[in-house]
Parts: sequence; C-alpha cells; structure tokens
Amino acid sequence: MAILVCSDVTMSYEGVNVFEHLSFRLERGEYLCILGENGSGKSTLMKGLLGLLKPAGGKIEYSDGLTRNEIGYLPQQSPVQRDFPASVYEVVLSGTLNRRGMRPFYGKRERALADKNIERLSIEHLKKSCYRDLSGGQQQRVLLARALCATKSLLLLDEPVTGLDPVVSAEFYDLISDINKNDNITIIMVSHDVKQSIKCATHILHLENKTCFYGTVKDYIKSSVSDQFIKDR
Amino acid sequence: MDQSIIKMLSYSFMQRALIVGIPVALCAALLGVSLILKRYSMIGDGLSHVGFGALALAAALNLAPLEVAIPIVIVSAFFLLRLSRNSKINGDGAIAIVSSSALAVGIVVTSITGGLNTDLYSYLFGSILALSEKDVVLSLVLCFVVLFLYVFFYHKIFSVTFDESFSLATGTNANVYNMVIALLTALTVVLGMQIMGTLLISSLIIFPGLTAMRVFKSYRSVVISAAIQSVLCVAIGLVLSFYMETASGATIVCVNLLCFLVFTLIGMIRRR
Repeated sequence: MAILVCSDVTMSYEGVNVFEHLSFRLERGEYLCILGENGSGKSTLMKGLLGLLKPAGGKIEYSDGLTRNEIGYLPQQSPVQRDFPASVYEVVLSGTLNRRGMRPFYGKRERALADKNIERLSIEHLKKSCYRDLSGGQQQRVLLARALCATKSLLLLDEPVTGLDPVVSAEFYDLISDINKNDNITIIMVSHDVKQSIKCATHILHLENKTCFYGTVKDYIKSSVSDQFIKDR
Repeated sequence: MDQSIIKMLSYSFMQRALIVGIPVALCAALLGVSLILKRYSMIGDGLSHVGFGALALAAALNLAPLEVAIPIVIVSAFFLLRLSRNSKINGDGAIAIVSSSALAVGIVVTSITGGLNTDLYSYLFGSILALSEKDVVLSLVLCFVVLFLYVFFYHKIFSVTFDESFSLATGTNANVYNMVIALLTALTVVLGMQIMGTLLISSLIIFPGLTAMRVFKSYRSVVISAAIQSVLCVAIGLVLSFYMETASGATIVCVNLLCFLVFTLIGMIRRR
C-alpha cells in the first residue's frame, strides 16, 4: 500500500523552479534516500513533504490513513537548540504533543511512550541530563527519540549525521536501519553520503539539474546518474 | 523594624505597587524565558517604546492611558514578530526603527500639546505613585489572563520555542503559538511599564530568565526559578526604593542585576 504519492510535483523557491515534474511513490516499510548536490532541491523537497512549503505544481499526498500529525521528523539542528536549557526527558516528551489535541498536559500514555523511546535508543542514563551538555551523537539520539514519539509509520530525516564523527555516524545509520526493519517504519532521509545510502536504502531519489532519478538501489547503481559518484570514491 | 514595615504597608501606594508588581513580575519572568530562547529579547524593549508613544497620544487626546496603549501595543507585537521572521528585513534593525520612531512620535506629540506632564514622566521612568485603583484592578485581571494562558499552553510554548520546524512539521500550528506569545508579551509590557517605566521594563522580562539559565538545566527548573526570583526581586526592590527614596523601576533592576551576578558566580563554581 502506498504511503506517499508525489505526482508531477514542481517546487519553487523564491520564484525559481528548483525541480520540475517529479513523480514517485513510496510503499509502507520502504527506505528512501534523497541524494543530490547542494542546491539541487533536497531541502526544498523535504519542506514540501513536511507541508511547510506548497508545491508550485502537482500533488504530494499521504495515504494509507496517515495524517500530518503522525509524521516523525528529525530536523537539522538550529543554533537556538545549542544553548537551550531543557532536560532530555522534556525534549523527548514534546514529541508526543501532536497526540494530545487540545489537552493542556501530558497523561500517562504520553509519558509511557516517551519512556519507551528513550529506552529504545538506549539513552536512559541521560534522561535527566541537560540537552545542551550532550555530545552531537547523543543529541541526535534524543531528537530521534522525540521523532519516534511523534510517529507510528513515517520518519523523515534531514541530513542526520552532519557533524558527527564516522563511528557515531555508522552507529546512527545502523539505528535507523533497525527502526526501519524492526518497527516497520517508513524512512525518508535526505543525505549526501551516496555510499551509505546505497548500503541502507531500498530506494534512491537523485535530484540533479532539474532531472531526477527515482528507483530501487539496484537500478540506481546500474544507472548513469550514480556513475560519477560511485566511481569517484 | 517591624513597625516600620507595618507603616510602609499602610501606605496605599505601596499596597498597590506590591499588588500589581508581583503578578506582573511573574508574567514577565515566565514569558521572558521563551523570548530569550527565541532570540526575541529586544521585542520587549521595542514594545515598551511603542507603549510610551501610545500613552503620549492618549494623554494628548485626553483618553484613558491603558485602554489606548493595550490594543496599540498588541498590534505592534504581531507586527514586530512578523518583521523579525521575515528574512528580507533585518529583524534587529526593524525593531530599532519601530521603537525609536514610536518614542519620537510620543515626545513630539507631548511637546506640541504642552510638555511632559507628571503622568508621562512616570511612564518613562516608572512610578508607583501614579497607579490608580482602576489600573490596579485592570492589571490584576490581565495578569490572571496571562498566567492562565501561559499555564494552559505551557507544553506547546516549550515545543514551539525549542524547535519550530519540528512543531510545524508534526502538525502543531506554531504560528498560532507565536502569536499567543506575542499577545501575552504585549499585555505584560504595558502593565509592567507602570512600575518599571518604558526604559526599564525589558529588564523585568530578560533578567530573571537569563539569571536562571546560569544555574538551572531543565526548562521547567529554569521557568520556576525565574518566576520565584522575579517576584522576590520586585518585592525587595519596591521595599528598598521606599526606604532609600529611589525610583522604583531602577531599584528593581539593580536588585535583578545583583541576583544575576550571584547566579553567574554559582554557575561558574558549579561548572568547575
């Protein structure tokens, strides 16, 4: 069953079309990596998928009973967060916010969910620590736990390993693969790490100069789009 | 000593100052934490200048000051919030322009209509003598509204402050909550101006939060600490200003500064 269908999507940023006529569909449980050079429209597409930016043409549709408040999102870190006084628990718990509707306070269910995801990402020992005192890798785990609180089925990640060292990055990729396989959560990840993407993903969307490649990883490796990237490395 | 406290509290202007000052201090501290973290510290300052312009206009037209100032400041708060999010206009610069223009308009209007009278002077530097009984009632009601809305939206305000794009992406309408924050700030600024004065009200908003952040590490502890500190500083400042016969607003800021220095020291010692 398709979870996301993009049909003939054109996105523009400040009046200029970043890419045109993009169509693809994503099934439940798949793992999509969005690749491309800087300025190829990865972030713009991400904003479109999140509903923060309306497409200039075409349609982005979530189906299979998925509504906006069931999406988990791991954004790139903003400078504000680097000196924000908040405990890990407070941050993770805020991921359950969209489940509460108008109720002003968290209930038992939300707290249990937050605890479950803190355990899932093995950050129990940090629960009471201050978010800003954590290392980059730990912070990403906290934000991932928050994203998991917000979703049961779809997780969007925006260059999640930027600024992390290789060992921590590898751990983080494993974690995401694990979430994809064991929790059956569909993954959409913006990345510029082609090698890693080929290893983890089931599908690749490569944006370049307004032309796009979309297909399975196997097809991507065979295609000409990937050639320059894979041979270079 | 006991007797002199009783004597102090028997003055109705001191009673009024404490009755208005304490809840306003509470509101200012709570909102301040969000404003600092959202990098909106200067919005409080800009709004107070707009408030001064509005009061000058009200005085010139012989209208009730608070009733004129409150709607004007609320509208400006939404306007400033929009400006500082619009990347094409430099947010800092925009606030500076709005605040100095409002102050200038206020002063020009007063000079045309007969000079700075005591009312306006007291709004510039803050005076507890100028509080009327009607102001006290209105202030209390509005403070209650601010506190209620803040508590009701506490978790949403946290989420929107910590990560606006996450909130938006996961279906929380961040813009609505930004507007709630702006509305509450506008109300607090106008109410606080009566005691602190136009020039010093922003410190009531910024100091307690910043002070708390020196020492505390979770959002909730920062908020609670800021609230307690702010109330204590205002109460101590008012009492000191009574005994030392100093301007109320300035005395409160000095107490806040002292508190900030002490917390900074504690923070430095702890980090070792």
